[in-house]
Amino acid sequence: MKNFVMGIAVLPALFTATAVGAETINAAGATFPAPIYQKWFGEYKMAHSDVQVNYQAIGSGGGIRQLQEGTVDFGASDMPLTDDQMKDMKVKPLHFPTVLGAVVMSYNIPGVTAPLIFTPEAIAGIYLGDIKKWSDAKIASANPGVKLPDSEIQVIHRTESSGTTFIFTDYLSKVSPEWKSKVGTNAAVAWPTGLGGRGSDGVEGLIKQTPGAIGYVELFYAVKNKMAFGNVKNAAGKVVTPSFMSVTAAAASSKEMPADFRASITNAPGKDAYPISSFTWMLIPSEIKDAAKKNAITGFLQWMMTTGQKDCEALAYAPLPKAVADKEQKQIAMIK
Amino acid sequence: MATSTAAVPRPASIQKRRFGADEVAYGFTLLFALAILVVTILLVYQLWVHSAASRQKFGFSFITSTSWDPVAEKYGALPFIYGTVITSFLALLISVPLGIGAAVYLAELAPPKVSNSLTFLVELLAAVPSVIYGLIAIFTLVPLMRNYLDPALQAVGGSLTLFKGRIFGYGYLTAGVILSIMTFPFIISVSREALMAVPREQREAALALGATKWESTFNAVLPFARLGILGSIFLALARALGETMAVTMVIGNSNAIQASLFAPGQTIAAVIANEFSEATGNTYLAALVELGLVLFVLTMVINGLAQLMIMVTTKKGSAKA
Amino acid sequence: MTSRNARRNMVNKVMLTLCGVCAFLTVSTLFLILGYLIYHGAQSLNPGFFTHLPVGEGEAGGGIANSILGTAEIVVMATLIGLPVGFFAGVYLAEFGGKTFPFIVRYTADLLNGIPSIVIGIFAWTVVVVPMHHFSALAGGLALSIMLIPITARSTEQFLLEVPRSLREGALALGANKWRTIASVIVPAARKGIMTGMILGVARISGETAPLLFTSLSNQYWSGFSEPTASLPVTIYNYATSAYEDWHQLAWAAGLVLLALVLLANIAARMVISRGTSLPR
Repeated sequence: MKNFVMGIAVLPALFTATAVGAETINAAGATFPAPIYQKWFGEYKMAHSDVQVNYQAIGSGGGIRQLQEGTVDFGASDMPLTDDQMKDMKVKPLHFPTVLGAVVMSYNIPGVTAPLIFTPEAIAGIYLGDIKKWSDAKIASANPGVKLPDSEIQVIHRTESSGTTFIFTDYLSKVSPEWKSKVGTNAAVAWPTGLGGRGSDGVEGLIKQTPGAIGYVELFYAVKNKMAFGNVKNAAGKVVTPSFMSVTAAAASSKEMPADFRASITNAPGKDAYPISSFTWMLIPSEIKDAAKKNAITGFLQWMMTTGQKDCEALAYAPLPKAVADKEQKQIAMIK
Repeated sequence: MATSTAAVPRPASIQKRRFGADEVAYGFTLLFALAILVVTILLVYQLWVHSAASRQKFGFSFITSTSWDPVAEKYGALPFIYGTVITSFLALLISVPLGIGAAVYLAELAPPKVSNSLTFLVELLAAVPSVIYGLIAIFTLVPLMRNYLDPALQAVGGSLTLFKGRIFGYGYLTAGVILSIMTFPFIISVSREALMAVPREQREAALALGATKWESTFNAVLPFARLGILGSIFLALARALGETMAVTMVIGNSNAIQASLFAPGQTIAAVIANEFSEATGNTYLAALVELGLVLFVLTMVINGLAQLMIMVTTKKGSAKA
Repeated sequence: MTSRNARRNMVNKVMLTLCGVCAFLTVSTLFLILGYLIYHGAQSLNPGFFTHLPVGEGEAGGGIANSILGTAEIVVMATLIGLPVGFFAGVYLAEFGGKTFPFIVRYTADLLNGIPSIVIGIFAWTVVVVPMHHFSALAGGLALSIMLIPITARSTEQFLLEVPRSLREGALALGANKWRTIASVIVPAARKGIMTGMILGVARISGETAPLLFTSLSNQYWSGFSEPTASLPVTIYNYATSAYEDWHQLAWAAGLVLLALVLLANIAARMVISRGTSLPR
């Protein structure tokens, strides 16, 4: 009854809230870039009070699905759409890379404070279920001098369809033929082992609560929650710490960005490259009928590629390489 | 009808008006009753239609296949059916003895005032939203299981496959425990009613023959009420099968069948909750809707049986009209 | 006393004590739940909690104002649809119709009642979200109303049937026709019970999460009826499964608020029933 009265009292406001001026854009998708997206949307709203973006971080798969259904105005994904996924869509989406980020191996081992070094074989082995304990030789050999406990590794992965999973499995498929044949690359896979958490958030939460746990999350989530994350040995053989610098190096050493901006930079060849890096994209429909929405979105994209990029470093994301950003500006014009 | 009242002449206008008003009322309320039917039929229809892609592709093997592989687009419901059955079974294993014991106390031993107020409190448990059970479970039950209960169980029963394996704190057993708490009120409330519906003569006869209170309860009263108690168990089972939030928050969300009770698993309701809003591709979505269909049929059957049993008992043993 | 009798007495005492223990354990879980919520949640209950909007990942100082309003919106919508439909269907079941059709309706209502809420969520998604191409409070409200209808129908029917025959016969003897009897005599006589049933039903759907997960989704801002809307249960779920301590605190506090509302409604409703009877005035 109390709810009833409250609701009635606010009814008039509800109908006017969205009618007057404020253009609400609904978006959904990846948790990977969610921290910086939320910062951007908040900042953009302060500068342009008539544009309000409601972003729900439900995972890349969710973002893609909602875009296909037309239930959101744009989607966000760490996984570029395949031709198959796009062929049934009435309005083809354009891929707009926004930032680059790192997928880090976050762990919770009581007593171990120094960052661990992970080799590609170790990571693959842990997630395949072959390496069961922290004291296993494959991990210990890369970390001489660190006392690893003899306890079980609690493997954590994502439950839902996730771009972060896509990036991680893409990397694993490149470094481990066994992973490639047994499991493969996708946003949702049949995990050989482990517990599932919802969102990068949920995974980090599980890691925090579970001694002996390891999981893969975007760098921001590990830093923000003050959880340990490991350094990874890259394709060039060097042990690299995930940071916006090593991610930028990964982008720099990769092949030229294709015209539709769908590229993978995992296991990049560069000397200082962090091997589990990736672009993340906003999937904008190539045709937006509502003129007000179109202006709001194109305005935001413009802002994002220029002013917005300044926010990256503080949140440990890497900004877009200049060449890429310039190319993208031209793509904005392609939105009808 | 007009002809039988011809003996008493009545102005036709009054008669017509009355008839009309009642008809309207009848039709009006009938409409809403029909709405219930329409909604239910529509629901089943939608479930059927939207699961077509999956039903056609997998046929019956959907229920027997253990793979849930979005990469290979191969979907099977067995891991979830297993998870649902195991967690519900565990829940009942805990809540049935506790619940019947509590019901016996409330129906037979407690003074009426105490019995009524305690029953009231137990029934409030049924009103607690599922997400709140989940919230508490994550932060209090899971650490409890992980740090104390599971290791203890493993120390005692470690030779059984059921208790082998890594202990996460999240898993089948924890889900079973939280579900058992959620099913208490159903078992207690309905069993208590069934026990109270047993005629006094039963108890008095047993006591007159020299039985102790417990012997009278166990041998004379409980058997009489057994159908109602069974009904309460089925009711609790139906609730446990469909429970979503509390389960998905503690079961570990792993789409595979595992033998150990400590292992993470998944139930039908929980996998739908987790994966529905992002299933890309027609088959994936249809598979999830088909899971919904399976769950619907399962709960319909169990609920139907429960209603039947409860109906039979209260008609048989009850003194009220 | 023979040893056999002594043993029987022992068994008697032990089993009866065990039963008492069972009762104690089950009842105490309610207090444990309340205790935990109050202990963890009360710390975060400040004015800001009720009036602020949520903030970004990991930042401090957010509130759940939009979730509270969102739940209000969705529940109001569900109530506006579900209560009338349920009520009139209940009237039909109690007052009209022969044997078979009401039996079918009753069976269907019980069936609908027993359907897991997540399946109802799927249904609402297919009939509202997909055609509208939008998540919305409307879809969430519809899902919840479908759950409210059978509860209301059955409880209305139950309380109408409890009205003593003498009342009906009295009204009929005074010359009232059927609908007049129902409207002026029977329903008012049963109104306490009917209202109680309605309050209990509304309390029950306010706490439902699963049907809202893919119908109303969630929102970080204020939202209208045709937009994705935040709601208390969904917010609790999102925050509880997150990694941030701040959000955990908010989840506890929100859980306390939700539980308080639901329990208070339940307690109030049941007290109304136990005190009153179906006799008029």
